[in-house]
Amino acid sequence: MDRFVFLTFDGLSRGAVYAAFALALVLIWRAARIVNFAQGAMAVATAYVAYSVVDATGSYWLGFIVALLAGLLLGAGVERVVMRFVDHSSPLNGVVVALGLVLIIQGVLGMVYGNEFRPASTPFSRDAFEIGGVALLSRYDLFVFGAVGAVVVLLTLLFTRTPTGLRMRAAAFAPDVSRLLGVSVGGMLTLGWALAAAVGSLAGLLVLPTELGLHPTAMDIVFISAFTAAVVGGLDSPIGAVLGGLIVGLLLSYISGYLGATVAPMAVLALLVLVLLGRPDGLFSSRSKARTA
Amino acid sequence: MTVLRDRVTTRMAAPVLRGRFDPLIVVVVGALIVVALTYTLPPFRTYQLATVGAYLCVTAGLTVLTGLNGQLSLGHGALMATGAYTLALWQNRFNLLAVGILMAILVTTAVGAVIGLAAARLRGPYLAGLTLAVAVVVPSIASTFDETFNSDQGLSVVLNPPPESMTVEQWQAWLSWGAALVTLFVLAMLVRGRFGRDLRAVRDDETAARLAGISVARTQVAAFVVSAACAGLAGALFAVLAQSVSPGAFPLTLSLFLLMAIVIGGLGRLSGALIGAVLLVGLPAVAHEIGEAAGSQRLEGNLALTFFGVVLVVVMLAAPGGLASVRVPVRRKTRAKKH
Amino acid sequence: MSTLLEVDGLTAGYGAAPVLHDVSLTVQAGQIVAVLGANGAGKTTLLRSLSGLLPAAKGQVVFDGKDLRGTKVERMVHLGIAHVPEGRGVVTELTVDENLRLGGLWRKPQPSLEPIYGLFPPLAERKGHLGHQLSGGERQMLAIGRALAAQPRLLLLDEPSLGLAPKITAQIMALLRDLRDRTGLTVLLVEQNVRSALSIADQGVVLSLGRIVTRHDAATLVDDADLRHAYLGF
Repeated sequence: MDRFVFLTFDGLSRGAVYAAFALALVLIWRAARIVNFAQGAMAVATAYVAYSVVDATGSYWLGFIVALLAGLLLGAGVERVVMRFVDHSSPLNGVVVALGLVLIIQGVLGMVYGNEFRPASTPFSRDAFEIGGVALLSRYDLFVFGAVGAVVVLLTLLFTRTPTGLRMRAAAFAPDVSRLLGVSVGGMLTLGWALAAAVGSLAGLLVLPTELGLHPTAMDIVFISAFTAAVVGGLDSPIGAVLGGLIVGLLLSYISGYLGATVAPMAVLALLVLVLLGRPDGLFSSRSKARTA
Repeated sequence: MTVLRDRVTTRMAAPVLRGRFDPLIVVVVGALIVVALTYTLPPFRTYQLATVGAYLCVTAGLTVLTGLNGQLSLGHGALMATGAYTLALWQNRFNLLAVGILMAILVTTAVGAVIGLAAARLRGPYLAGLTLAVAVVVPSIASTFDETFNSDQGLSVVLNPPPESMTVEQWQAWLSWGAALVTLFVLAMLVRGRFGRDLRAVRDDETAARLAGISVARTQVAAFVVSAACAGLAGALFAVLAQSVSPGAFPLTLSLFLLMAIVIGGLGRLSGALIGAVLLVGLPAVAHEIGEAAGSQRLEGNLALTFFGVVLVVVMLAAPGGLASVRVPVRRKTRAKKH
Repeated sequence: MSTLLEVDGLTAGYGAAPVLHDVSLTVQAGQIVAVLGANGAGKTTLLRSLSGLLPAAKGQVVFDGKDLRGTKVERMVHLGIAHVPEGRGVVTELTVDENLRLGGLWRKPQPSLEPIYGLFPPLAERKGHLGHQLSGGERQMLAIGRALAAQPRLLLLDEPSLGLAPKITAQIMALLRDLRDRTGLTVLLVEQNVRSALSIADQGVVLSLGRIVTRHDAATLVDDADLRHAYLGF
């Protein structure tokens, strides 16, 4: 029973990270109808930026903030310089271009930093607390919950309470009509990518210290897990992304805990196959209806 | 569903693939060229030639799957791994190469059929995501069942020495190009006929294809199976060329490289597959030279990665049909005259 | 009466073949101009060219003395042109209130929506409803209300009566006339429902196959039986 509780909390902590990453994927999907296959690589790049900053200044928090800013810039840059010019008549052109970006990013990172695993630092202890004699959470886990929770709350407020959020939603739902109402649809798209990339960066910063370390390909499996989470929840649904993330996190935790860590990736693949074959729209998406009427 | 449509096949449908070169002539001429090269090139170059041949098997299959049928697979590196490991395991038990290669093809075809059945119902990013997951997860299978697969260290492959009249490299080149030319011939024949038409019809407009009586699912699974067989063959050849297999030889980036190669080479044309195969061997080789000259070990592999990525992005933005389509305007004018 | 909109030799279309050929017309401030014609005559294309959704191949459009060539669609509302497109364009996943606020977003400070709710009491009752929960008539009111929230000088309206019951159509037409009378709003009204349109219009322009075939003041178009038969089919 103890083990189960421990695995549950561990799974939720992982799940929170997947939730954030899946949220980033959903953000871009809703805004641009693209799955950003470069999301993981972009997150790793900003994690390396954090690494360099921490290396130079010794301050985790400075590295953290710089990484998030780098994420904003990288997201905006990718949209403006590359994605804007993709021929969207075919849905796969965006995928192929994103994969090209993955190669570029991983290649450059390899050239600049080398292909050895580097340690990723954490600001808080990863030792678990004991509550009632059961090892439950660590300070780090609380940090993860707090950070992801803050992101979800901030994004929700942004989208539902602010004029910019209204513009972004309108631009995503109905670009032509929005332009007629004075919304700069292109600008909103760039902003969407920037935010998504920053959220992805955060997810990377949170998860990498718990993995083998920093490496150009370190986020590949996280991307798969988060993609699975987004598909489980429904690519259209932010709530679905969060719930999907938690589900995937829990699943991986239980499988790793009871069957062994090497089985976990196969479990993700199995879940993905199940969802794609059984309920490809996801658990929480609304069936597509007309966007304007 | 319109996917990664190559401008040529859009405008001109069947004639492009039909009228250009008679496959038999291509195969014979190709064989002659390869034989000549194997007697004139230095050993290392012959080895590289052999590698191009091996890559050509898989790029040809992938061209059929992605270019002609519009299904994006990021998992063909994993399929190659399947073929490679099958061959290794077989050789280490029985040392009968011809049968081993056949076994590799069969096993990979079976795996391909399974993936293909799942994939037939998926479109666009969902298919890409699924195959990506396969590519990322398969290496970990080797780690899990480490008694059979010897986890990260991999297996060495038992092979007989070549006949006395040839060097190892010549034999390797003959083997892989023999396989490649047969593959090209078979694919060319398949693609020219009903199969090729069905593939393209499904790619261009599923509903119309269905109305025309084509079974979409069956076509898509068939395309996947064919390309998987090619990947299995290529994997087996690689196992022979490298005389070993390991998970590290089949990372995700291999699958991405394969995709990049056919996109840059030009989707939908078997000649594009050849361009892609040459790139897959040539670019890393060039990157290696540059890395050596600069004295940096980091540079090598990563330079190739970066370069591939840049060329791919540029090509996709500028000419979605790939480099092979850039030649098109000249040919189109010649054809127009005939009409 | 000053000229608010002047269109000169406008040629526009999608792809190779133009839909509009050499269209010229003038709209005075404070007028309602009805644009009539059969399906496919180019009425929607005309409005889309004016609001910038469709770039013109040839010709000039001058609004309040400003040449609109090269003006981006997003800027039109800043200049005072509001376009309610064919099909209304109510964003179904946003609420009534959000749709309306969208109209006035570009203004600083944002205008109060009370006057709009005053004009359309049914919308006030349904502030929190999502776009797709409204009836056809309510959606039309929402689309027009949203355009009005932008406080435009020129309103481009594409087939407001489409799919609406006659009673609702009459209400909307009465509203447009009232706005013109009270606030001097200028309206370019594309309509299939000729009678309703002409009942409130000052001028009528008839398009056929992308060209203007006749223009008269509305009263003449209605009263002159020959004109009516020749161009309007009744």
